[in-house]
Amino acid sequence: MTDTAKTEQEISEHTSSAARLRLKKRYKSERMFKFWGQGAIFFSIGFLVLLLSTITFKALPAFTYHFASLPYDMSELDKTDISKLKKADYDGMVRSTIRSQFPNVSGRKDKKTLSSILSSGAPVILRQQVLKNPNNIDDPSSFAVPISDFADLYLKGQITNSTLEKRDELGQISILDKQVEISFEQNIFTNITNQIAKRLEKEALLMRESMQGSIRSLEKTKADIKIINEQLLGASEIETERLNKEKSRLLDKETELYVRIADLRSKANDLKTRAKLVISQGEEITNKDQSILIYFNGAVVKAQYVTPNRIIGKLLMPFDNGVPASVQKWQLRMIETPQANRKFSDQEIVWIDELLTKGFISKDFNWIFATKGASREPEMAGIWGAVVGSFLTIIVTLALAFPLGVAAAIYLEEFAPKNKITTIIEVNINNLAAVPSIVFGLLGLAVFLNFFGLDRSAPYVGGMVLALMTLPTIIIASRAALRAVPPSIREAALGIGASKLQTVLHHVLPLAMPGIMTGTIIGLAQALGETAPLLMIGMVAFVVDIPGALNDPATVLPVQIFMWADFPEPAFEQRTSAAILVLLAFLILMNALAVIIRKRFERRW
Amino acid sequence: MSKKAKQENTKIAPQVKIKGRNVDVFYGDKQALFDINLDIERNQVTSLIGPSGCGKSTFLRCLNRMNDTIDICKITGSITLDGQDIYDKEIDVVELRARVGMVFQKPNPFPKSIYENVAYGPRIHGMTSSKEELDKIVLKSLKRAGLFEEVKDRLDESGTSLSGGQQQRLCIARAIATRPEVLLMDEPCSALDPIATAIIEELIDELREKFTIVIVTHSMQQAARVSQKTAFFHLGKLIEEGATDDIFTNPRNQKTQDYITGRIG
Amino acid sequence: MPDSGHIVSSYEMELTELASSISQMGGMVECAIAQSIDALLSHDKKKAKKIAKDDRLVGDMQRKIDENAVSMIARRQPMASDLRLIISSIHVANDLERIGDMAKNISRRIKHIKGGEDLSPSFYNGVRHMTDLTLLQIKTALDAFAARDTKAAIAVCERDDEVDALYVSIFRELLTYMMEDPRNISQCTNLLFCAKNLERAGDHATNIAEAAYYLETGMNLQVMLDEKRDEEK
Repeated sequence: MTDTAKTEQEISEHTSSAARLRLKKRYKSERMFKFWGQGAIFFSIGFLVLLLSTITFKALPAFTYHFASLPYDMSELDKTDISKLKKADYDGMVRSTIRSQFPNVSGRKDKKTLSSILSSGAPVILRQQVLKNPNNIDDPSSFAVPISDFADLYLKGQITNSTLEKRDELGQISILDKQVEISFEQNIFTNITNQIAKRLEKEALLMRESMQGSIRSLEKTKADIKIINEQLLGASEIETERLNKEKSRLLDKETELYVRIADLRSKANDLKTRAKLVISQGEEITNKDQSILIYFNGAVVKAQYVTPNRIIGKLLMPFDNGVPASVQKWQLRMIETPQANRKFSDQEIVWIDELLTKGFISKDFNWIFATKGASREPEMAGIWGAVVGSFLTIIVTLALAFPLGVAAAIYLEEFAPKNKITTIIEVNINNLAAVPSIVFGLLGLAVFLNFFGLDRSAPYVGGMVLALMTLPTIIIASRAALRAVPPSIREAALGIGASKLQTVLHHVLPLAMPGIMTGTIIGLAQALGETAPLLMIGMVAFVVDIPGALNDPATVLPVQIFMWADFPEPAFEQRTSAAILVLLAFLILMNALAVIIRKRFERRW
Repeated sequence: MSKKAKQENTKIAPQVKIKGRNVDVFYGDKQALFDINLDIERNQVTSLIGPSGCGKSTFLRCLNRMNDTIDICKITGSITLDGQDIYDKEIDVVELRARVGMVFQKPNPFPKSIYENVAYGPRIHGMTSSKEELDKIVLKSLKRAGLFEEVKDRLDESGTSLSGGQQQRLCIARAIATRPEVLLMDEPCSALDPIATAIIEELIDELREKFTIVIVTHSMQQAARVSQKTAFFHLGKLIEEGATDDIFTNPRNQKTQDYITGRIG
Repeated sequence: MPDSGHIVSSYEMELTELASSISQMGGMVECAIAQSIDALLSHDKKKAKKIAKDDRLVGDMQRKIDENAVSMIARRQPMASDLRLIISSIHVANDLERIGDMAKNISRRIKHIKGGEDLSPSFYNGVRHMTDLTLLQIKTALDAFAARDTKAAIAVCERDDEVDALYVSIFRELLTYMMEDPRNISQCTNLLFCAKNLERAGDHATNIAEAAYYLETGMNLQVMLDEKRDEEK
């Protein structure tokens, strides 16, 4: 019974057990394929998310900036006389205003440092704002100027962290010379002294290691000398002279090493002793230690010498109402990064904090970044110049490459006779699409700049170079799009009595537009991100002014990013990431625009 | 047929609109048509029948010089429209195609609005000077093509949104909008259902009043229904031509008989 | 005769079947005529009854041919020679059915022909002669139809005059018999009707011949013959 049932089933080719196995295998391979496909998608998305989040995270701080709105003395300025306003001494105004906030600051060096907590371009910005809104002279603190890049980084917490403790131990204050001494009953600074002791011991260890290294060197030198001595025994005259020279050099080295070893040894021992004595004698707080600041009564004391119960330091900020005898309520601040490891000193920190407390600092959108051109100062550097430069260059590229490319594609596809010449042209165009972009830069340099003598670093020249580069891409994509239009449309148009040109322009081209636009977007996106050819034609120029015309010197976004990535200031790192985001946004905007235009074409029919 | 009837026929014989004499067509080295001699009469429907690849479509496309678009196609002999050789150098192909319209096998309306589809021809041939005139032409063509009632309130919609039969009628409207003298139809109903086919056959009958129509068809029944004159092609040669009635009830040539009755493909 | 068959073989088979139906029907009808005259001349009433009954089969045959023909027209859309074949087959079947009716009528009359004085043998020879000729006409016409032989068809049409002439002579003879002896009127009238039926059978045979001619040439044989006659005049 079962046999017949089986045979009945197996009669059909598609329901036999072999067929079922095949089916299982096929399901399995489909599942595997799906798995790999999805895996690939997730993998790429993952990397994309990683990339974007890293850049965004790095770039976010660049979009805000701290500005200082100080009470400038603008009594001398006449808001009606523009020419006078243009020539006013904003430099002096800024300087005097900041100094008036900290009247106790004296000495040329300190005064210079004080001025440096505002951006060096602050007077320029102030002037720009006064000229823009002269009426606001009545309210001088409505003018906001940028603070220095490091001050801004500090306020964003990128320079260092610090801890602030409220303390209420009773301390006695005494002034000696330029320093302030605060002593307490208990040993409240033991953790600090321990830290310093640790630091000293570490240094001692390093010294010791160095010493060991020197000892090894010494031994080697000694061995070398021995060898030379042996060689001297059976050497000729000339050889002897050379060997003696060598020997004396080695002997000198030996002596040096001896001295050094002794020095290091004593230093190490010294350090070790000091480490031990910190507890009792206290120790100096150097720039390599965490900074200790004591706040009370409006004064800030930076500890320069500490014992377990005493601090001796200098005043970074004066007392509000004279020097008190004792202090009850005070705050202890430890700045995590030692002063030697940061570019913003404790004094500057204290000044900026003071300005912040007084309410002069506001955090705003970084309009400088958005509207200014290149600058060596990070806080004065803006992306707008590069954006405009990129925009102008791309406009030129588009204006040249699109019509030429589409027209060439139309001619080659619809009108040109199919012979050897057109085949050669087609092959060459395909090859041109693969040429490295820097070659086009060299071409631009040789032909446009050297032969024709056109302006260096101008958007129109950059646009021409990029147009040459983009042309093959557009031609190839357009040809493919034209070829994809079904011949029935052409026949219909021709049948109605349209000429070849009318057929192509009125019927084939609109249908091919989506494909052509895709090719153009790809080409332009490529052009937008090109650095090498533009570098060749000199768009590396440090362009401060926003370009206004096609022949003004300009730079483009990728080149700007490239330049900023080279600058040492840490603030530029954020700006480079922010510029990358701007470039990406530019690209997305361009793509979106093109997609809208493409959809428009599709919707029309 | 009696001699008397034959004599009557010759008295009212219609004029000849298109004359083909010794027409040979070559695709490169391959000869597709051999010495074709055919008259197309005015205001009549002439159907070209024959098995696949026999050259009937090729001949049709010669009549409006659509074969010009094929580079390797060479035509010798003469084809005259109202006595004028259409392959003469002085003839403008564009103008010729306005006088000799074409409807294709697969409906191919432009991917534009219905109005635009019909208006395009008159516009590019400069047949109108104002929008009102253009509207009138579009209206008239759509009415003539029997499509107006169905699309009158959606002239702005895309031509491709219509059904197959409607699209083909749109193509016919488009073709007649340029006021051609001759209408060439290459298997116009082959992609349509029987009802749509019937509508178009009725249309052809009506259009016969104003136009001369040449239709290529695979369906002998259609040729029998629609045409007054039939020409049978086979392997590039014109085997027999004559009144449709005669061809389908009593053809003279054995090959014609065999094809019509379904004895050879 | 077309040498190659239809591409669609079932179509070809249907046409063949139609032709064979016609032949079959023709044979039945020929047989009926011959037997009816036989029965007439031998006063075989039994035979006569059978012939009359068998006429039903002829009717069935005609209906079958009609139905097949209509069906083929609907399904096959026949053209040219096929169309002519099918239309002609309908006509021929019709004519054959009429011939069958003639045979039936003759048979029916047999019982009305009472005994009585037998008429002269020459009369009966005349009847036999006419029967033979009529049968020849029918046979030739059917053969012409089957073979599409236009010559034979023309011959049939032309020979119809002979059949008519034979009828006229029989008519005259019967007239003399009736005039001779009024007792013969009944028998002679019936015999006259029978002769008339034969003559009409002959006419139907001519129709079949015309159908054969039309089938082959697409033209009307009678019109053609009339024209020829006009020309000769």
